[in-house]
Amino acid sequence: MTDRPILDVSGLTTKFHTQDGIVHAVNDVSFSLNPGEFLGVVGESGSGKSVTMMSLLRLIPMPPGEITDGTAMFDDQDLLSINGDELRKVRGGKIGFIFQDPMTSLNPVFTVGRQIEESLRLHKDMNSKEARARSTELLTMVGIPDADQRVTNFPHELSGGMRQRVMIAIALACSPKVIIADEPTTALDVTVQAQIIEIVRDLREKLDTAVIWITHDLGVIAGLADRVLVMYGGQIVEEAPVRDLYGRPEHPYTQGLLQSLPRLDQRGQELHSIEGQPPTMHVAPTGCSFAPRCPFVHERCIKEVPKLTEAAPEHRVACWWDTHKGEARNGG
Amino acid sequence: MVAEFTKEADDPAGSEERPLVRVTNLKKYFPIMKGVFRRQIGSVRAVDGVSFDIYRGETLGLVGESGSGKSTAGRAILKLEEVTDGTVAFDGQDITGLSTQQVRKLRPRMQMVFQNPHASLNPRMTVASIIGEPLLEHKASKGRERQERIEELLTLVGLDPSHANRYPHEFSGGQRQRIGIARAIALNPEFIVCDEPIAALDVSIQSQVVNLLQDLQNSLELSYLFISHDLSMVRHIADRVAVMYLGTLVELAPVEELYDDPKHPYTRALHSSVPVPDPVVEAVRPRVILEGDIPSPSNPPPGCRFNTRCPVAQERCSQDVPEWREIEPGHWVSCHFADTPGW
Repeated sequence: MTDRPILDVSGLTTKFHTQDGIVHAVNDVSFSLNPGEFLGVVGESGSGKSVTMMSLLRLIPMPPGEITDGTAMFDDQDLLSINGDELRKVRGGKIGFIFQDPMTSLNPVFTVGRQIEESLRLHKDMNSKEARARSTELLTMVGIPDADQRVTNFPHELSGGMRQRVMIAIALACSPKVIIADEPTTALDVTVQAQIIEIVRDLREKLDTAVIWITHDLGVIAGLADRVLVMYGGQIVEEAPVRDLYGRPEHPYTQGLLQSLPRLDQRGQELHSIEGQPPTMHVAPTGCSFAPRCPFVHERCIKEVPKLTEAAPEHRVACWWDTHKGEARNGG
Repeated sequence: MVAEFTKEADDPAGSEERPLVRVTNLKKYFPIMKGVFRRQIGSVRAVDGVSFDIYRGETLGLVGESGSGKSTAGRAILKLEEVTDGTVAFDGQDITGLSTQQVRKLRPRMQMVFQNPHASLNPRMTVASIIGEPLLEHKASKGRERQERIEELLTLVGLDPSHANRYPHEFSGGQRQRIGIARAIALNPEFIVCDEPIAALDVSIQSQVVNLLQDLQNSLELSYLFISHDLSMVRHIADRVAVMYLGTLVELAPVEELYDDPKHPYTRALHSSVPVPDPVVEAVRPRVILEGDIPSPSNPPPGCRFNTRCPVAQERCSQDVPEWREIEPGHWVSCHFADTPGW
């Protein structure tokens, strides 16, 4: 944990210029990722979790998107300001990406083997024979039987779970330092999701790749992540080691989310629910974006955006109110 | 233990009571056509011989993976699909042979809430006309009375009655699902099929909609068939749960029994596939990981349909179709080895 972070993001701000005005998708987001660490990012749709990670590799369409502020230091380079050639070396080479939908993120007219080999030949200068051998090895690694046959298959010949394995193989191909996985199991059935999670768990032991795993499912990352970021309204509202986050959540939003999950000992009772709707993000935040739905809301929450502050060692929260003590946080 | 959770428990002879819905050996095949002349070359056996009852006031959860046939079963029960074989009896009356006109007369009593609130509401109709349409169609009320009913329904599902003249796009996903629910309860139905009603919603909104469904069930004495792939939510809302795999039922039991003492290996695997939102539990929880994917329903494996993925399959499983039997009162399972201890 004392290692120098492999990825250090600071003050990232992304906006989208739409017909209905500016959408403030990501507002002043800062976080870091340590080598070999598994970082979970939780949030609902529209919370900015995907846009944050896409912005890092400048994968958002520009326009309408615009990264207006921030730095993302990776390998002594700022990913947000390096030129296109440098960026291409990072994408797929040093940082791998796994997308949500394996149906649409593979090219239907090329064999899966060729799609894995593409990045090997581009980034690693392998010849076709070496690349084929490596892609077979990768497919075996992600648990695809008869890999030497499967490399000649087209994506439509594989099931959803198999395709997602191919996506993982592509992301792993160039032995990246970081893999960003955007809801990689959301489109899959639970039994197939369990297979993929098992593979990821297994690969984590073997490789020392750092992983950022984006999800809306608090269950999936509970058993995988070392540390978790919770996002709401385009901001990080809480950041903590996984056991602290689930064991003693600090932010009222995190508390509400965990309480709204159905529990065994509360069958038949009303589920806890967070009233109201997520913010629309059409105006830049002037206060805490959760304030309209927050049961602990105070005057200050509407007027001032709370900054992430340390609530416990390694546990940071952006909230003016300490719900455990029932008093304002220091300085509040 | 069952008594606490089954509403029929007040009646000591629960099985004697006439179920509101009785599904017997229900089958729904879709033809596979090929060639210029669209010759039928086979069929997708989406639902292949399913039997269960739904009692008044209860929620029957129907769980399964995609392609298991759970949605098709739900639609066939409401006669939104023509049934291939078997019967569906609603309140004692066989509805499978009824004409469209005859089914129409029953529509006010049985309704549906759809999965996708973005696709199931007409974008060109106002909320008032969406909710008011069933009232108009079935001549339940008109004029001022209808307006009042629409406002009453909106209030009932937790929406602002003054928004009646807005269009669906002006509402969020959770609010749209509330509109769909208001439409379903407009004619005071007795039975509602909820087809993945929360799957398209965010976590913080899901619990709002589930609470609403439960409130309405209590106040309007509704019976639900709650179709879902979310096992933890089904455990929360259902009284009894049926598990479907590749067009057939593999297990049906009161909810606590199904989760605490599952008899079918598929139920066990499904149960252990669901991640628990607690890192302490996750670190030590034993897992049953199934091999492979769900096979194609156009060519299901012989014998027990689960035998290709079953971690404890024996030779017999690929030959004999297991019988759908009641191994304990109210606990049904189709597995040759369900009562073999120790596996």
